Amino acid sequence: MWSFSNISSSIHHWLNESFSPTWAMIIEMVIAGVCIIGLFATLGLVLVLMERRVAAWMQIRLGPNRVGPKGLLQSAADTLKLLVKEGLTPNGADKFLFNFAPFIAMMVAMLLMAPIAFAKDFQLWDLNIGVLYISAVSSIMVISILMAGWASNNKYSLMGAMRSGAQIVSYELSAGFSILTIVVFTGSLNFNEIILSQTNGWWIFKGHLPAIISFVIFIIAVTAETNRAPFDLAEAESELTAGFHTEYSGMKFALFFLAEYINVFIVCAIGATLFLGGWMPFQIGNWQAFNHAMDYIPSSIWFFGKTFFLIFLIMWFRWTFPRLRIDQLLNLEWKYLLPISMLNLLLATALAILGWHF
Amino acid sequence: MTEEIGTTADGDLIINVGPQHPATHGVLHLVITLNGETIKKVEPHLGYIHRSIEKMCESLTYRQFSYVTSRMDYLSSHINNHACALIVEKGLQVEVPARAKYVRVILDELTRIASHELWWGAMAMDLGAFTPFFHAFRERESINDIMEETCGARLTMNYIVPGGLMQDIHPNFQKRVKDFISLYKSKIDEYDELVTGNIIFQNRMKGVGFISAEDAISFGMSGPAARGSGVNCDIRKLYPYGIYNQVQFDQVLETAGDSFARYMVRIREMKQSVSIIEQLIDNIPEGEFLAKTKVVLKLPKGEFYTRVETARGELGVYIVSEGATTPYRIKFRSPGFSNLSALDTMARGSKLGDLVAMMGTLDLVIPDIDR
Repeated sequence: MWSFSNISSSIHHWLNESFSPTWAMIIEMVIAGVCIIGLFATLGLVLVLMERRVAAWMQIRLGPNRVGPKGLLQSAADTLKLLVKEGLTPNGADKFLFNFAPFIAMMVAMLLMAPIAFAKDFQLWDLNIGVLYISAVSSIMVISILMAGWASNNKYSLMGAMRSGAQIVSYELSAGFSILTIVVFTGSLNFNEIILSQTNGWWIFKGHLPAIISFVIFIIAVTAETNRAPFDLAEAESELTAGFHTEYSGMKFALFFLAEYINVFIVCAIGATLFLGGWMPFQIGNWQAFNHAMDYIPSSIWFFGKTFFLIFLIMWFRWTFPRLRIDQLLNLEWKYLLPISMLNLLLATALAILGWHF
Repeated sequence: MTEEIGTTADGDLIINVGPQHPATHGVLHLVITLNGETIKKVEPHLGYIHRSIEKMCESLTYRQFSYVTSRMDYLSSHINNHACALIVEKGLQVEVPARAKYVRVILDELTRIASHELWWGAMAMDLGAFTPFFHAFRERESINDIMEETCGARLTMNYIVPGGLMQDIHPNFQKRVKDFISLYKSKIDEYDELVTGNIIFQNRMKGVGFISAEDAISFGMSGPAARGSGVNCDIRKLYPYGIYNQVQFDQVLETAGDSFARYMVRIREMKQSVSIIEQLIDNIPEGEFLAKTKVVLKLPKGEFYTRVETARGELGVYIVSEGATTPYRIKFRSPGFSNLSALDTMARGSKLGDLVAMMGTLDLVIPDIDR
């Protein structure tokens, strides 16, 4: 079978035979880096196009359909446009921080890719504390937004950044709690082990009510964490023109834009990994023939299918709901989501101790 | 001590919303004093799109000046023209043919629906929901098609002239209006599903931007914005013009006085407009569409005033005539100007995000405010 582990191990063997172990490791790192950047760029293009097509579909219009076959090259053309645009730095801005902020956003998005299992045996870094790593690194995102907002020397940007700070710090809590529910069930922080624990059923099915509640809370919280509508207060086009990236143009803006979409992909990938079994095929108890047929679908298709389903869900929110107000947003988190997710965690712990999940 | 630029002595932030800003839908300039996210003061600065329409009208004849008024409140151009036609007819004592009266009211109500559709989409967009905009424009498009067929223009229409209509209605007019009504009725429930019933939307609108009936009256508010506070101010009921006294319709009143009340007034008003059109569309009488008037119109010496209900409120036209072919002085009392003046009272103490919702429910058209 063509599985990623075969390919990667044959590359590994060949490199070790041809080069010294140090060089082999360096070349492997370069290959992994190129893969990540390639995936990054492709995902950005695909997600922007997908967003525009989903939006068009919901808004009874066609969407991009002129550049390339069925408009598939639209986002490539957009990228080209952004590349040749002048990256303006405003006069009163703190030049270093202003130019540095988009790179932090990108770096965070790239770092988050490391522990995600894209397919069976296809993981860049099988980290034993993957879940903790994701929660920790994703919080750095807020620094880039605060930095961009403050360094722009623009009041709209500053307000957007402050809103975003309050929002991301708050919603990180309930996102963390809902992730913890699954950690409690599996007893592991390792993504690979979490996926393997779902061989006989995904956690959203196995975990009874607590898993479903934490899934819903997770989706709400990550929508807020990635600054997507209806929680896009940091950008809030009609209030703050463009929020924290008001002053950004050209490629610097594109980096923020790309980072947002990659973040959406990552949080959806984490959601798919934790709740929907990652690359695990869908299987039902004793239906041998059905399970066997499901196994034939490649694991990468399972993973990307689930992830893109969640991405579609988040896009659906964006094009349906009006935006919340800042106080309503914080009320929702501190008065509703946080207490519920705490209780939910207790419930999940009780279930896990008593062994009542499947 | 150096003072930070753009802050007050108390350390409050001053923010310029506009003249170029996505929420002002035009070149309105609001200077907002903010304490954190809370609004302390809103100060509108006007004049960015002042074209001195009133002065221009003084050098235009009584047949010509109504064309300029289509550019005032460009979403109610038929209604503006109607007001201009009414004041000339009042001065000259011209009896308008019944056919023209019917068509005028139908066009007024179609304009009102189109205007409210645009308002609905734009307001949802202010609140961060983009999709309703496209749904609203789907229905508005068929009104624009009717307008295009009737008078050749889709936005700044000029069709209602002193004495009647510029020309007879298109043979397809009745059929297309009926098609529009059946289309509209099949879609109106989508509006409630998509926006009105949404819990986020209701939380954003209810209890926000309150203005009492007394305040609304003292600011001179009119139209749906005032009727949301329970002010009985529908000119179509109070001072009927055209054939509004012959049709059955309800003056839509809400008493809550908040943004949601103003929203509901417009939503319900669209349904009333549809019912008015339904009553008239099959009964357009045959006959002349334009009364016989002199070639050169001269209003007798004196002062004249008429008022009509546009989609935004009461539009008053005041003319001082010296008996010449052009008005000596003309003054438009535009609804947007008075409605905007209430924004400061409404907005104080609420959050910045609510300001756009309030501006949305006031349904401001900036060329109407500045003229």
